[in-house]
Amino acid sequence: MKIAVCIKRVPDSETRVKVANDGRSLDEAGVKFILNPYDEFAVEEALRRKEAAGAGEVAVIAVGTAASQETIRTALAMGADRGVLLQADAVPADGLAVARALAAELQDGGYDLILCGKMAIDDQSYQVGPMLAERLGLPCVTAVTTLSLEGGKGVAEREIEGGVEVVEFPLPAVVTADKGLNEPRYPALKGIMAAKKKPLAVKPFDGGTVGVAVTGMGLPAERQEGRIVGEGAAAVPELVRLLREEAKVL
Amino acid sequence: MAPRFQGIDFYDGDSLLSEEERAVRDTVRDWVEDELMPVIAEHYLEGKFPRELVPRMAELGFFGANLPEEYGCAGLNNVAYGLIMQELERGDSGVRSFASVQGALVMYPIYAFGSEEQKKRYLPALASGELIGCFGLTEPDYGSNPGGMITVARETADGWVLNGAKMWITNGSTAQLAIVWAKTGPIEDVSSIRGFIVPTDAKGFTAKDQKGKLSLRASDTSELVLEDVHVGKDALLPRSGGIKSPLMCLTQARYGIAWGAIGAAMACYDEAVSYAKNRVMFGKPIGAFQIQQVRLAEMLTEITKAQLLCLQLGRLKDRGTVTPQQVSLAKRNNVDMATECAREARRLLGANGILAEYQAMRHLANLESVYTYEGTHDVHSLILGQEITGLSAFG
Ligand SMILES: Cc1cc2nc3c(=O)[nH]c(=O)nc-3n(C[C@H](O)[C@H](O)[C@H](O)COP(=O)(O)OP(=O)(O)OC[C@H]3O[C@@H](n4cnc5c(N)ncnc54)[C@H](O)[C@@H]3O)c2cc1C
Repeated sequence: MKIAVCIKRVPDSETRVKVANDGRSLDEAGVKFILNPYDEFAVEEALRRKEAAGAGEVAVIAVGTAASQETIRTALAMGADRGVLLQADAVPADGLAVARALAAELQDGGYDLILCGKMAIDDQSYQVGPMLAERLGLPCVTAVTTLSLEGGKGVAEREIEGGVEVVEFPLPAVVTADKGLNEPRYPALKGIMAAKKKPLAVKPFDGGTVGVAVTGMGLPAERQEGRIVGEGAAAVPELVRLLREEAKVL
Repeated sequence: MAPRFQGIDFYDGDSLLSEEERAVRDTVRDWVEDELMPVIAEHYLEGKFPRELVPRMAELGFFGANLPEEYGCAGLNNVAYGLIMQELERGDSGVRSFASVQGALVMYPIYAFGSEEQKKRYLPALASGELIGCFGLTEPDYGSNPGGMITVARETADGWVLNGAKMWITNGSTAQLAIVWAKTGPIEDVSSIRGFIVPTDAKGFTAKDQKGKLSLRASDTSELVLEDVHVGKDALLPRSGGIKSPLMCLTQARYGIAWGAIGAAMACYDEAVSYAKNRVMFGKPIGAFQIQQVRLAEMLTEITKAQLLCLQLGRLKDRGTVTPQQVSLAKRNNVDMATECAREARRLLGANGILAEYQAMRHLANLESVYTYEGTHDVHSLILGQEITGLSAFG
């Protein structure tokens, strides 16, 4: 089993986001960066496939700044075998440019399976997995919560509105991971030490023409403070009145 | 649900850590959050060490993590090792105590004083949690003065016979092996103290749980009795000799405790900050009152100082120049500091502060043990006093 996993460095979901002075990017000062949680599911799934097969290779590929090497090493510490960084000054907002660069890196790699997260929690574009599959001419199954592979084909379950959809596809394929696929492992301390010695290739990012640019970024309006209108049954009429007249939700 | 613990880092101490030091810290922090925090209060109330967590801790590499990889350990530097202790004690001092004993008081003496054969036989099994160890130095009548011990080991044709009693032994009832310190010569001869690896199922060896503890309740503390316990020649740690040997182990453990105390203090501070912002009294969050702000400012100040102290201590240890007195200063300062933080946090929380649902009182009660073991606060004052003046005030 030769598996590639595409991963991204993103701000921690518990970070308090601030917009930088340019008004269209994140102020990175004091921000903790992590491996995108959906990519973590993808890395874990790849490692389990390799462990189950008893042989194979898990390669992780990131598009990002030099700092993404740390994110790659997190995946190596979890157990991936080697990493590739397609180094850019900034990750382009255009998912297609990212997908193009990843496809160029992956197309001759002979991978049986390519895994991505269903989305990156920072830009939430949901684009790169499907576009990568398209560039590689491979089938794509998105937002997978259960995956089984056998004899050159895969069966996956996806959560859809009100139920579960089961799909079948030939390998190789691109699969994007959703929450629930697995419980990712922590990088063990020995893994963290071993990661330093694993190969990590750095290559220049080339995504071709970038078609999308971010022109502005803003924080959502602050929520109004809550109000206590009273206690017990006596408060109900006033609550109903406010919901009707002020909040206009009834 | 409370937000995940993010650490307290007012002086950007993270920028002084290497990438792998931070990665190690984050793994332990995540493990504590996900697997220890949900069960710790219950174990504490029941007075039970969460033994079921040992395999996971071992698998992640928490035991003897600063010992070499060739013996199945993680081979980390001492700063990373300290960060493990910090994060474990953020959860509970009892769980950190378990790891301290296993790593610094059982694996370290085997590593430092053991034969190659003993190292190969025991260290990987201790690192993997297959074997659990304890460290028997303190005796009912010899606490701060362990050199006075009356446990003896007499050489026989085929090995040794040990007799004596050890008190307050962490992991004592859980362990499969005990590192026991005993005199091999006359009772006055401190230089005849040597270390032995004693299997706890040996005939004549008994361990009895110390009942009635109001501190470190999630830790096993036991009394050991050795009555004509026969062990083979290979039980002796060949390179141990004199009271200096157990004291070297204590220096390792105290180093980890200095870091661990920061973890307990951070947990209390974190809890106090969140409580101060949310608890409304006299129409305002209590955090808006100056008295509570002073409490929080003091805590943050002391935590920040302790962090910088430990980081430099760790760098000195990695450089190989650290002195036991420097370790004493850090143990003394940081445990005292953490105890104060826990007490102030407990008070800030009002009545809720006495509940096991919150952390402050558990940490406070735990830290009273940490204040006493591994050299009491007073003993470290005397160690420093002697270092400063050249005059011993011990006996
Ligand atoms: C929960 C717990 C776990 C422990 N685990 C272990 C373990 O795993 N292995 C182990 O060997 N031991 C262990 N200990 C024992 C611990 O190290 C001792 O309790 C400690 O060394 C103090 O000894 P003591 O309790 O006999 O106090 P004492 O030595 O009797 O001290 C009593 C008081 O007198 C003070 N004092 C003593 N001498 C002087 C002096 N010269 N000048 C001024 N004041 C002095 C002390 O500071 C203290 O306040 C543990 C203790 C506890 C509480």
